Amino acid sequence: MNKDYEMVVGLEVHAELNTESKIYCSCKNAFGLEVNTQVCPICMGMPGTLPTLNEKVVDYAIKMGHALNCTINSVCKQDRKNYFYPDLPKAYQISQAEVPLCQNGHLDIMIDGEIRTIGVTRIHIEEDAGKLLHDEAFAGSLVDLNRCGVPLIEIVSEPDIRSSAEAKAYLDTIKSILQYIDISDCKMQEGSIRCDVNVSVHKKDEPFGTRCEMKNVNSFSAAVRGIEYEYSRQVALIEAGGTVVQETRRWDDVKGESITMRSKEDAQDYRYFPEPDLLTIVVDEEKIKAIKESLPELPNIKVMRYVKELGLTQIDATLITEALDKSKLFDDTVKLGKGSPKGIAKWILSDISKYINETGKDINSTPLTAKRLGEMVEIIEKGTISNAAGKTVFETILSDDKDPSVIIEEKSLAQNSDNDFLENIAKEVISNNEKSVTDYKNGKTNALGFLVGQCMKASKGKANPGMMKEIVEKYLAE
Amino acid sequence: MELYEKSAHELSEMLKNKKCSAVELTESVFKRISDVEEKVDAYLTICKDTALEEAKKVDEKLSIGEKLHPLAGIPIGIKDNISTKGIKTTCASKMLGEYVPPFDASVMNKIKSADMVITGKLNMDEFAMGSSTENSYFKTTKNPYDLSRIPGGSSGGSAAAVAAGEAVVSLGSDTGGSIRQPAAYCGVVGLKPTYGSVSRYGLVAFASSLDQIGPIGRNVTDVAMLQSVICGHDKMDATSKNIEYPDFTKSLSSNVKGLKIGIPKEYFGKGIDSSVKTSVMNAVKELENNGAVVKEISLPSTDYAINAYYILSSAEASSNLARFDGVKYGYRTENYNGLVDMYEKTRSEGFGDEVKRRIMLGTFVLSSGYYDAYYKKAKLLQKKISDEFNGAFSDVDIIATPTTPSAAFKIGENIGDPLKMYATDICTVTINIAGLPAVSLPCGKDNGMPVGMQFIANKFNEQTLLNAAFGYEQIVGGFNSVAAIK
Repeated sequence: MNKDYEMVVGLEVHAELNTESKIYCSCKNAFGLEVNTQVCPICMGMPGTLPTLNEKVVDYAIKMGHALNCTINSVCKQDRKNYFYPDLPKAYQISQAEVPLCQNGHLDIMIDGEIRTIGVTRIHIEEDAGKLLHDEAFAGSLVDLNRCGVPLIEIVSEPDIRSSAEAKAYLDTIKSILQYIDISDCKMQEGSIRCDVNVSVHKKDEPFGTRCEMKNVNSFSAAVRGIEYEYSRQVALIEAGGTVVQETRRWDDVKGESITMRSKEDAQDYRYFPEPDLLTIVVDEEKIKAIKESLPELPNIKVMRYVKELGLTQIDATLITEALDKSKLFDDTVKLGKGSPKGIAKWILSDISKYINETGKDINSTPLTAKRLGEMVEIIEKGTISNAAGKTVFETILSDDKDPSVIIEEKSLAQNSDNDFLENIAKEVISNNEKSVTDYKNGKTNALGFLVGQCMKASKGKANPGMMKEIVEKYLAE
Repeated sequence: MELYEKSAHELSEMLKNKKCSAVELTESVFKRISDVEEKVDAYLTICKDTALEEAKKVDEKLSIGEKLHPLAGIPIGIKDNISTKGIKTTCASKMLGEYVPPFDASVMNKIKSADMVITGKLNMDEFAMGSSTENSYFKTTKNPYDLSRIPGGSSGGSAAAVAAGEAVVSLGSDTGGSIRQPAAYCGVVGLKPTYGSVSRYGLVAFASSLDQIGPIGRNVTDVAMLQSVICGHDKMDATSKNIEYPDFTKSLSSNVKGLKIGIPKEYFGKGIDSSVKTSVMNAVKELENNGAVVKEISLPSTDYAINAYYILSSAEASSNLARFDGVKYGYRTENYNGLVDMYEKTRSEGFGDEVKRRIMLGTFVLSSGYYDAYYKKAKLLQKKISDEFNGAFSDVDIIATPTTPSAAFKIGENIGDPLKMYATDICTVTINIAGLPAVSLPCGKDNGMPVGMQFIANKFNEQTLLNAAFGYEQIVGGFNSVAAIK
């Protein structure tokens, strides 16, 4: 990064929605099936066919609109975007031009523990196009229309992003929200989430520069590379006395460079006009409210709450939030007020995650309820049992379906914190290990660990290790 | 009187009472086709074998006493822009010259469930753009009343076939007058239903917000019967209106007493032949003599309607016809060098001049920088025209106007002058712009050529419209049967 120049980035994210059927016909919305099998006269654009709107698409888009704090336009139209391409059988894409379903929103993302707010210009609904296939065995191109009419939402950000790291955080947050509210599979390799990138650079305190749009960005990491490349390209261009021209560029992730696709003069005129085959979309205000109320706490909000209110690190907060079942167990447990949030998080991210991964079980249907997890963590944190004993309790809860208190009782796992008991052990161990005591006094501090270890052994693991250590230190100081 | 000359409602009774069979009726119509089709050129595809099979099935059903739809066994011709499964649907274009749809239009499902007999597919102006059938890639249909004259368009084949007795009834489509104008020129009855009352699913789109399929017949009752078959809500067409549609035949009444008829002065101004004005005003006088109340009204925006119409319809057409690109179906040029060359040659060779003219016009008015000046203004005008009609219908039940400025013109007379050709739609386009129902019915002759009168009603008031038309038909003692082809 050249410190004289600031980058300005805006992102357009296209996400395929995971509705059962396509947006304008009843064909199945599915990926990976044999070419040209999930098609009908409507999505193939046969003459005389007409689209009818799948209302689920509107509901899903409104969900995302609420998630990104948008105004929902309860009355809006659909428009035709006209252009010729062999993967677009009608030669127009039904989209939304003037009035999108959702607009004027924002998204809070977290960067290094700090919150950044990125404006969301609009979210609109549209249909996906088919795919061209090129086969060595065939001279021309072939077209697969299975993807025609797969519902998409396009999420357009304001030019509020100032670094590739912010872009990445924004994209990751969008993805986690889409998955959280379960409206998109977000499978990058299947192309179910894609983005276009707009980049400009300008000297600090000067107005924004001319932007270039980059297409064919097929992964979030490619977006990061593309943004950094484009930033460097534009800065170098300006530094060399040149000017950035408005154009559309194509990102080549293999070569790691972008090349001009078309200049502003060649920009396509899509001749948008209202789609006459479809009625104006009118969504009931009650329904808009109901959709809002049905949303879960969103992942970005959760992460911020975990960091700011519960003191988790951003990494731990993000890891717990990523999986809805983990964050549910975490939230339920924290709510009971037993055990520290950090301690609970530690257990969820280590032993519990390991157990779930190994067994493939559903985290919320094991004998480890929030109540038991909370009790277990609390008992460990109070020093009633050792960490090692804690593992035994954990395993026994899962195998025997019992409460921690019962397990501790049955296996007599409780630590001994009785001062006299501990002092007697310490005296005995010190008198039997004169060499170590001498070592310690000569500055070999690791002798302390050995002595405490011997004490623990002598207590058959029951001694409270913290207290034990303090007592040993006290005697050594004498 | 031959069977092919009779009306659908008469034939319906005869079939029911076993006075004739569906096969006899169908054979009579095909006999007529073989006698006169060479001169009239109404058909693009003739479906004699399947028609006779369908007729046979109707006879079988009748013989076992099955209760059938009143129009069961009645031969019907279909305009060639309505998708028919397994039967070529060319839109009279080279572009779709060999195109066979894999599905039926929703109206075809209705026609088939009524057990009507499909005689074939009827000629039209290419993609329904034109007023004479001269824009058909394949041939020009002749007016049965004078073979040197055009039958009107774009549903010229549909009107000529019915007038010539080559079908008992037919289906046309109307975007700016394409049912009513040929009906007027051929001396038959043609109804353009309210936008949204007949499903457009399967009608190859010209201008989606204006297109409507409608019936053509030789009398009002036949048209009412056919309209009752084809109208109704269809979930495949988002613009189809979900309301109750009456059986128009059942409530058909010829009583015009107290019927308030509005006469808009703008429809009787310059450009309208005096003989046409006289015929229409005489017809109105007859209705008045029978108790109708006649009132002069004003629809001041009429003069701008034709401009608004050509902007809106061409804009939509430019988009609707973009799918004919040589990639998936229809015509593809033989020799080309790359994708863009394939597109350009396919579309240059596949479309006729009039279609290209409209695509260019439509592309222009939607272009950035021009959209607000043309398309948006035309949309505003559309609203104004609708409001004026709404205002008028608070005072009157129907509005009566000429259907066309003159009777049918000679083949070739207007083909070199698009603007003159467009002007023949002057009385009909406003109705599509406002989405209203209107019917054209014969109201006299000018030098032996039929003259048409148009009745317009408020949205979904087809019953009022058909009753008024039926009233007039009764007053004049019925309309012509079949034209004698000379």
